[in-house]
Amino acid sequence: MTTEPDSPADAGTRGTGSQTTPAATEPSVPAQPTAEKPDEVSTDVTPGEAVSEAVSESEAVSETAAASDSTASSDRTAASVSAAVRESVPVSETKGDLTPREISPEPGAKPKIGLADTLFKNLTRTAGIGLLVLIGLIALFLVLRAWDALSANEGNFFTTETWGANDTPPVFGVAALLFGTLLSAVIALAIAIPVAVGIALFITIYAPRRMASALGYVVDLLAAVPSVIYGLWGLLVLAPHFNGTQMWLNDYFGWIPLFDVGEGSVGRSVFLASVVLAIMVLPIIAALSREVFLQVPITHREAALALGATRWEMIRTAVIPYGKPGVISASMLGLGRAMGETIAVALVLPSTFNISWNILKPAGNTIAANVANGFGEANDIGRGALIASGLVLFVVTMVVNMIARAVIARRREFSGRAA
Amino acid sequence: MTATTMPAAPAGHQSLNLRGQTLRTPVLGAIAVGAVALTALLYLVTSIHSRIQFVLIVLLLFSIGQTVASVLVEGARRARDRLVTTLVYGSFLLALIPLVAVLVAVIERGAKRLDMDFLTHSMRGIGARDAGGGIYHAIIGTLEQVGLASLMAVPFGLLVAVYLVEYGTGRISRVISFFVDVLTGLPSIIAGLFVLGFWILALGQPFTGFAGSLALTILMVPVVVRSAEEMLKLVPDELREASYALGVARWRTILKIVVPTALPGIVTGVMLAVARVAGETAPLLLTVFGDNSINMNPFDGEQSALPLYIYSQAGQPQQVAIDRAWAAALTLIIIIMLLNLIARFVASRAKVK
Repeated sequence: MTTEPDSPADAGTRGTGSQTTPAATEPSVPAQPTAEKPDEVSTDVTPGEAVSEAVSESEAVSETAAASDSTASSDRTAASVSAAVRESVPVSETKGDLTPREISPEPGAKPKIGLADTLFKNLTRTAGIGLLVLIGLIALFLVLRAWDALSANEGNFFTTETWGANDTPPVFGVAALLFGTLLSAVIALAIAIPVAVGIALFITIYAPRRMASALGYVVDLLAAVPSVIYGLWGLLVLAPHFNGTQMWLNDYFGWIPLFDVGEGSVGRSVFLASVVLAIMVLPIIAALSREVFLQVPITHREAALALGATRWEMIRTAVIPYGKPGVISASMLGLGRAMGETIAVALVLPSTFNISWNILKPAGNTIAANVANGFGEANDIGRGALIASGLVLFVVTMVVNMIARAVIARRREFSGRAA
Repeated sequence: MTATTMPAAPAGHQSLNLRGQTLRTPVLGAIAVGAVALTALLYLVTSIHSRIQFVLIVLLLFSIGQTVASVLVEGARRARDRLVTTLVYGSFLLALIPLVAVLVAVIERGAKRLDMDFLTHSMRGIGARDAGGGIYHAIIGTLEQVGLASLMAVPFGLLVAVYLVEYGTGRISRVISFFVDVLTGLPSIIAGLFVLGFWILALGQPFTGFAGSLALTILMVPVVVRSAEEMLKLVPDELREASYALGVARWRTILKIVVPTALPGIVTGVMLAVARVAGETAPLLLTVFGDNSINMNPFDGEQSALPLYIYSQAGQPQQVAIDRAWAAALTLIIIIMLLNLIARFVASRAKVK
């Protein structure tokens, strides 16, 4: 509010408003009091105070930055206002009927900020800091609750493959779980990334402009389906249908150790879980990649086409290089999501605790799925052990997410909202 | 397949025609028919039975055939372009398969049990082997837990968003913004484990619906913050300046001008967030624990919730339990899709201008 009455005197004598004192002391400030009236009570900033605020603004900006709610709005607002003010200055000066409104402040007067303003700002800031505290609390309590179980553990937490947390003495380790988590997530990404990039390209470049947003919505619908329903579907619909594919892979690609099931048979395998996970992370990667591809400057694309490039050459030379960081970070966000996915995996995978590269065998487990499966019958140590495994998952996903966000953050205009 | 329509691209035949010759549509059609026929033959000879594989194999054969023909007629550059076009269209079709398959499965199998009786009865006294039973208690639980979570998450998230957009310029707001993003990727089970460790184990609280809504709140806050932040940023600065110029204090400007202007967008974001947490199972598993009776009070005693109900029923081997799971899944999906549709509707009706 004070940026406006600031204007006339501001042009010549920036920061030294007291020079215009004689004229300004006249009580001819029509706009301000009327404007103040509606909320006199609540804002407790009287015209005089507001003006003194304005005058001392320039001196006290640095100290009052935290509390200067009414003097300076966000940077850009202040900047654009003062720009507008500067333009209007000559006019108002020549008119003469608009008296400069700055009143000589008491020497050393401090700007007075409305109490409500200060309170509101601090309220929002508390909420923001509360969010940071929340993350700290999450980490702290996971560590605290895990501690007892970890100190009671007879095995090595990081190398033991079994999960005997409820036994006496408890012997458990996160090795097999972490392996299963990473393996299933990586396979899921290997399936999802090419398809997701294809979808993003389709929506941004190939699809007719009018249909694009509707098609994007269809892909977003995939993300709206709850994970438990994917689990249900994966367990009861996909699993029976998928055995044929798995056998075929085993028959023809069994010479690759990954697809070898040896004497056993195929079934609810890590591969099946990965396919379900791939479906679940697909919309995330697709939505983020789409957002990056949309930001490719249209001039780059047109320049490539004008040089005679085919559409694929245009994508390769203009779109992909520009969108690569975005796709990489989108994939990492998808990786984080895939690693943290619980219920779908818990429903699909049988809980076994061994490290095996044979992804077609009905075996495997992940950290999150183990928590969901094992929580019901866990005793005190068992719960602590599950929380300890959760802590590992927390750290791994946080690191992956942070890297992804750091890559995205390099591009300022990218919102990341789709995630 | 769909790629057959591609030569009619905006650029027209001539400009992309690098060697003076183009593959004609009948040729592409012939390749497509050949691919289908070859796949059908494969099906008769080998042991493949899946419909999805059928589509995939057709797609693969068509791409190969088209590429070969294109290399012969049009040259390698054009052939590569055609191949990529087919792959891109194919990948979109591929993504539709699970969406359609999931929806069809849920509707087909869920409609069997979904009736008023199912919606208005609980599972009290009904074993896994018994027919009957319903999801009344689960619907109550879900509504109460999600409602409570929204009550906590929406004001909190809005305040954070207001801070980030209106006040935050310094380092701390950058840190907060970063961690909002990081929190978006927090696995839902971790939220559950945290509430378990903090609220239930450390503070000695029982398993209640409220504990579940605490966990849901953690998951909901970052989504609300992100969407509200986007919307607040869209409010033109002129509106703020006009308000300041009238001498309105800053906090009133935010509450009376900025937030109301962005409200439709914020509502959309909130509803999408609600839709997202309504389907969360993992955190509830650790905090609400699940119960077969109707419990209206989220602050006392275990409750149930729709996702939890689906999970527990799906784990049973009996067909009646699995039928119940499908019906509950259909209910849940209807609720979530409705929320999504309403959110989209609100968004499209009242955009920030």
